[in-house]
Order: sequence, then structure tokens, then C-alpha cells
Amino acid sequence: MPAISYLEALRQAMREEMERDENVFVLGEDVGVKGGVFTATKGLYEQFGELRALDTPLSESAIVGVAIGAAMYGMKPIAEMQYSDFMLPATNQIISEAAKIRYRSNNDWNCPVVIRAPIGGGVFGGLYHSQCPESVFFGTPGLKIVAPYSPYDVKGLLKAAVRDPDPVLFFENKKCYNMISGEVPEGDYTVPIGKANVLREGDDITVIGYSLPLFFAMEAAKELAEEGISAHILDLRTLQPLDREAILEAVRRTGKVLIVHEDNKTGGVGAEVAALIAEELLYELDAPIMRLCGPDVPAMPINPPGEKFFMLNKDKLKEAMRRLALY
Amino acid sequence: MKTVTEIILPQLAESLVEATISQWLKQPGDHIEKYEPICDLITDKVNAELPSTVSGKLVKILVGNGETVPVGTAICLVETDEVSAETATGAPGGGQAGDGAAAQAKAAGESMRGRYSPAVQYLAAEHGIDLRQVTGTGMGGRITRKDVLAYIAASGAESKPDGQEGKERQASSGQDANRTNTGSVVAIDEVKVPVRSSGLHLSETPKIPTVEVQGQSVPGPGEYFIDVTPVRNTIASRMRQSVSEIPHAWTMIEADVTNLVILRNKLKDEFRKREGINLTYLAFMMKAVVNAIKDYPIMNSVWAVNKIIVKREINLSMSVGTEDSVLTPVIKNADQKNIAGLAREIDDLARRTREGKLNLSDMQGGTFTVNNTGSFGSILSKPIINYPQAAILTFESIVKRPVVINDMIAVRSMVNICLSLDHRILDGVICGRFLQRVKDNLESYDLDTKLY
Repeated sequence: MPAISYLEALRQAMREEMERDENVFVLGEDVGVKGGVFTATKGLYEQFGELRALDTPLSESAIVGVAIGAAMYGMKPIAEMQYSDFMLPATNQIISEAAKIRYRSNNDWNCPVVIRAPIGGGVFGGLYHSQCPESVFFGTPGLKIVAPYSPYDVKGLLKAAVRDPDPVLFFENKKCYNMISGEVPEGDYTVPIGKANVLREGDDITVIGYSLPLFFAMEAAKELAEEGISAHILDLRTLQPLDREAILEAVRRTGKVLIVHEDNKTGGVGAEVAALIAEELLYELDAPIMRLCGPDVPAMPINPPGEKFFMLNKDKLKEAMRRLALY
Repeated sequence: MKTVTEIILPQLAESLVEATISQWLKQPGDHIEKYEPICDLITDKVNAELPSTVSGKLVKILVGNGETVPVGTAICLVETDEVSAETATGAPGGGQAGDGAAAQAKAAGESMRGRYSPAVQYLAAEHGIDLRQVTGTGMGGRITRKDVLAYIAASGAESKPDGQEGKERQASSGQDANRTNTGSVVAIDEVKVPVRSSGLHLSETPKIPTVEVQGQSVPGPGEYFIDVTPVRNTIASRMRQSVSEIPHAWTMIEADVTNLVILRNKLKDEFRKREGINLTYLAFMMKAVVNAIKDYPIMNSVWAVNKIIVKREINLSMSVGTEDSVLTPVIKNADQKNIAGLAREIDDLARRTREGKLNLSDMQGGTFTVNNTGSFGSILSKPIINYPQAAILTFESIVKRPVVINDMIAVRSMVNICLSLDHRILDGVICGRFLQRVKDNLESYDLDTKLY
């Protein structure tokens, strides 16, 4: 299996899905001629033409609105939000329309739209190019939300998202784009939505997370192994619906759990995971549930020390993991 | 109890590797508060006061005034009491991770010995273990779940390998209150996803994603592609800017240059010999234009929305075409030059344009543009204004035509002069007068005209 980047896995998934099904098309700001600001849709315009790699006006509400309409009509749109920060103008379309269509029409209509949005900071993007808006959409039944960490999951989950009959928000991490590469099979495969994945087995502590922070967790776990601390790491992969069984199984394994994400702590995905564990596994806990998240400040600072403070990193993970192991 | 703590030189800025201590603000024996400035630092980037990281008494200065030391070097010793020493040596905060719980455990000493987590109690009850017999290895002497598991394994009562122990525990817990999980526990054991190892690397610092230039798609059978050169791109954007921002109007006038033709024919060979360059019509025409601009300075202006900026200097831009582009080098202070001087400038700029040897300064400062479209045989053209100027003028081909003079038909050398104008600044009347003046100037050349 060739090792390819996170970004290339995205491209492969879209290209293969567009080749497989002529109803699949991408739309968004600069996704066509330019191939996307991150080049995620590079080559699609050349291969599939302007009608299937559609450059849109700078209006996220319109992009998602058009995609929802096309999806209800039987198309399989992949709408790109240039940055997840810019997704908020489309929130009404996503939450009030896409998420509710099946329910509202009593199953007469569905909306197989995929909305891709790059999340996360650490790229000197500052306030408007670094946000993690998962928690905005997380509590909305009717949406599926995926946030892959590995290139393998990027490709498999994006393909699964395209084929899913309901709206899927695909949160890809922009810092992972070129930083993370991994082995990805050529050709067709999918990763089921709603299934978490054990990245590493261990029996001292359990780390649960998604997206970029898992990279730091894996690095930290490698170093902690030398100190005799073995970490069990679970990649949620899908945030909505959460893989309850996998979460409980991973926690039960060690009784000590650390939940990590870059989105801020209050009201984040970790809060729900923690609540789930508290509801189900009180008698199996050996330590208080810990969370390591972005601080509750309004935005990612643009100044490098501020950004460094905000971002998780290997050392922060290591420190938190060690503290939990020693508890 | 007193503890001596080092204060180290911190990394004040991202790329900073060293700093110089310019002056100590505190001396040994002084009492210092946390965050109180203790010395002044000079670095490549900033000069700053260094705040103390602890409270206590300054005992010794390790790095004196004027000395430069690397980041991380201890610069002084501070005697602190125990409480502050502990906070100073405490591990750096790891984000927001359960600070409270950890701190509580630390402060508690051995007090966690009798605190049993639900997991520990559950295991103890299940295996009938007296927890007072179990050694605690956790924080504050706390008995951890692992301690209990180890105790069970060691006690021999159930001397099974750890793995089996774990499995049994899982199975039994599955039968417990959360029956819904029983199936899934088994299922997960079966579907053990192999751990993928991805070839991650940290060596490269992530950059702001760069935008790759897109590859060209394949041309159809009836076409082929030409790269858009940077100069083509500039021309395109400037032309578009001019056309979309400036409301263009256009007008044309005809001049009788018979006398000019005679004059030039008489002078050109000698001029060529003397100066080594050609005496072109353009030099005469430019002189006529410059003199007309001097009479109507508004032609030499720029639209600035709430005002019109009239330029005192008359810098004539001259359109020079090459095989694949058109450039407009500038003849500075064209009104200060005589016809010979203009001819020399024209020759120099045209030659350097075609050789691609223009400097940036050759291209800047133009206030009015002249285009010699006649050089390629045109008799009428509608130029686009050289943004942000107010007008552009073209000289068309000189052609012999029958014209009526004093009710008689004569064969005269005629030329058309076209003008595109910014209608925000200029109107028909002023442009008519200006063109009339250009025409008069051209028609007034005669054999007495001096080149120098």
C-alpha cells in the first residue's frame, strides 16, 4: 500500500467517487479552476469539467443551500466550506434544513449532502482560519459528523459520507493535510460511519479523541511507553453518532480516561463523552474523568506565543497522560 | 523551610537564542515579589524588563551587567519559602486537564490512602479483598485499580495470567447493570481492528498551505494553448481596469502635414548622419502634442474621485509594441526637449523596449500617452487610456489624399489624429480645442522649423 498524505487521500476519495457515480459533484469557493485553496479538489475541474467542479460565489449559505437542493433532487453534492470558520453563515441551511428534511417529510425526502470543512489551528491562521466548530453542530440530531485523523480514514470515511443517504459534515483538519501521511489502499473501500477505532492498545490509561490531537497523543504514548506507562488510544472518527460501545469498552479497559480535542473544553464533544462514561461506567472508574482541550477563550490568537498556548501539543498531552497514569 | 530557586533567562521571542543583561534592578539581599522586574534585558528584537517568576530574597546574581548568555541559563538565585518553591518547581500546567484533582492529590500526601475509586471497590468486593492489605502506588498512596489487579494476581488464590484475568473481568462486568453492552463487548473483542502505523513525521514544520498552480487541461483538436506570460497578465489587468473604471469617449481630427513631410524629407539624411538616429515623424508629432498640452494643462491630469489632479510635469508615455506585448516607456519632462531631443529619446526608449532593457524608472510617471499607430498602417484607431491618465492620442498613417483647398482640389499628405478621453475629466469642447491646437501645431511646421 502506498503512503499518501491526508490531503491526497481526500483528493483520491473525491475523484474515485466522481468516477464511480456521475451524480457526485463538488461545489464551493475556488474548488474548480483553482482546485481549492488547499488544493483538495485539484484536478477535478480538468477531469470532470466545470459543471462537476463548480466555482461558486462567496456565499456559504448559497453553497449549502444549492447542495441541499441538489441532494434532495437526487444528486450527490460535496460542498466545500473553504474554512470551517466560514461555515457559520450556512448554519441555518445545515441545522434547519439539511438535518430536518427526512424527519419533516416523514421519510418522503432525504438529503445525501456532504459538507466538507477544514477545522483547526496551528497554521498561523488567527481568529478566522483556525476554529473548530464541531460543538456548534454536535448536538443536532439528523446530522452525521465525522472528523478523521488518519489518511486511511479520510478516504474511507469520505467515500462512506458520499454514499450515505443523509447529510454528513466532514471535518478535516487542515494542519493534518500535509503533516500526516499514511498507508492508504488504492481503489475502493469505505470506513463505516459511527465506528471508532483503537489506534493503540494499552492498559494504564485510555485516551479518547479525534482529529489532530491524536497525533500528539500517539507521539506522547510512544515516549511514555519508555517510562512504563502504556496508553490505550481510541480514535472516535465519527462524532455523531458516537460509538458508545467502543468508548465504554476503551474506558473499561483501564478505568482512567483522558478525553482530548482542540475545540474548547466547555460544551465540547468531550463533555458528551465524559457524560456518557459517567452514566454507564461509574463503578469501573479508577480516576476522575479528565479532559484536555483548547482553552475557553474566544478565538485562536494570531500571535505565535498565543497560538502555541492555545494549541495542544505532544508535551501537553504527555503531561496530562502521565498525571492520569500516576493518579 | 527556605529553598533556593534559580531564575532562568526565558525565551522572550520565538527565534531568540540569547540575551544581554543591561542592568540589574535588584541587588543581593533585596526582597522581590513575583512578577516584579528584576533586571533589564537587551535582545536582537526587544529590550525588556525581566519579571521574577517567584517571590523571595535575591541571594546571588550569577550573570552580571553587560553579559550575554543563552536562553535557559540561570541568571540569579532567589531564596524562597517552601510553598512558593513547590509552585515554582511544579510541573508546567498541561492545558486545562483536571488541574484540581491532581493538585488535590498532591497536597493530600498520604491522605489518598483511604480513598477508593469505584473500580477499586468493585474489584475488591468481587474478589473478597481486604484493601488494607494492598499497597497503594497512586498519588497520595492511593490504591489504584492496577494495584488491586496486581494483588489478585500475586495472591495466588486466582493465579491466572493477567490477560485472562482482564477478560474474565470484562465478561463479568458485562453481565452487570449495563446489560445492553454484553453483546458489544464480545463483538469488539472479535473485530479487533489492526493498529495501523502511519509514517508520521514531526521534522517538517507545517506551513500555511500554499496554492499550487493548476496544470493545464488538454486542448481540444481545433485549438492550442499559449501560456499567459506575466507581462501579458499585467497588460490584461491594466486594460480591464482602464476600460471598466474610465468612461471612455473618442474623437478624431484630420491634419494636413504636407509641409511636415517636405521638412522631414529635407532634414532626415543629414540628421541621420549627424545624430546617428532616424528623424521620425513621431518626434514632430510629440512636440506638437506637448505644446498643445502646455496650452490645455487639464489634458495632463488624473481623476481622483473628489478632485482632479493636474500634473505640472509633462511626461509622455509612448506606446511601443513588441512581438508579444505593448509597453509604455516614459519620456520625462517632454516639454523641456526640442525635436531632436525627443527623436533621441524615442529612439532610445523604442530600442531598449524591443531589447527588453527597460528599467522600472523608464516605465513610471507618465502623464499622457502617445501612440504611433500609423507605424503599422492604421488610419483610424480607438485606443484604451493608459490608466490612470486622462487621455491617449494616436497618430495614424500619413496618406496622400485629394483635399479641397480654396475650392480647388489638391493632393496633400493627410493624417488622422485620434483621441480617447476620460469623460469624467474632459468634455468635447476642451478636447476639440486641444486637438485643434495639435492640428495647428502640426500644420505650422515649415522649412524654417528648427530641430534644435
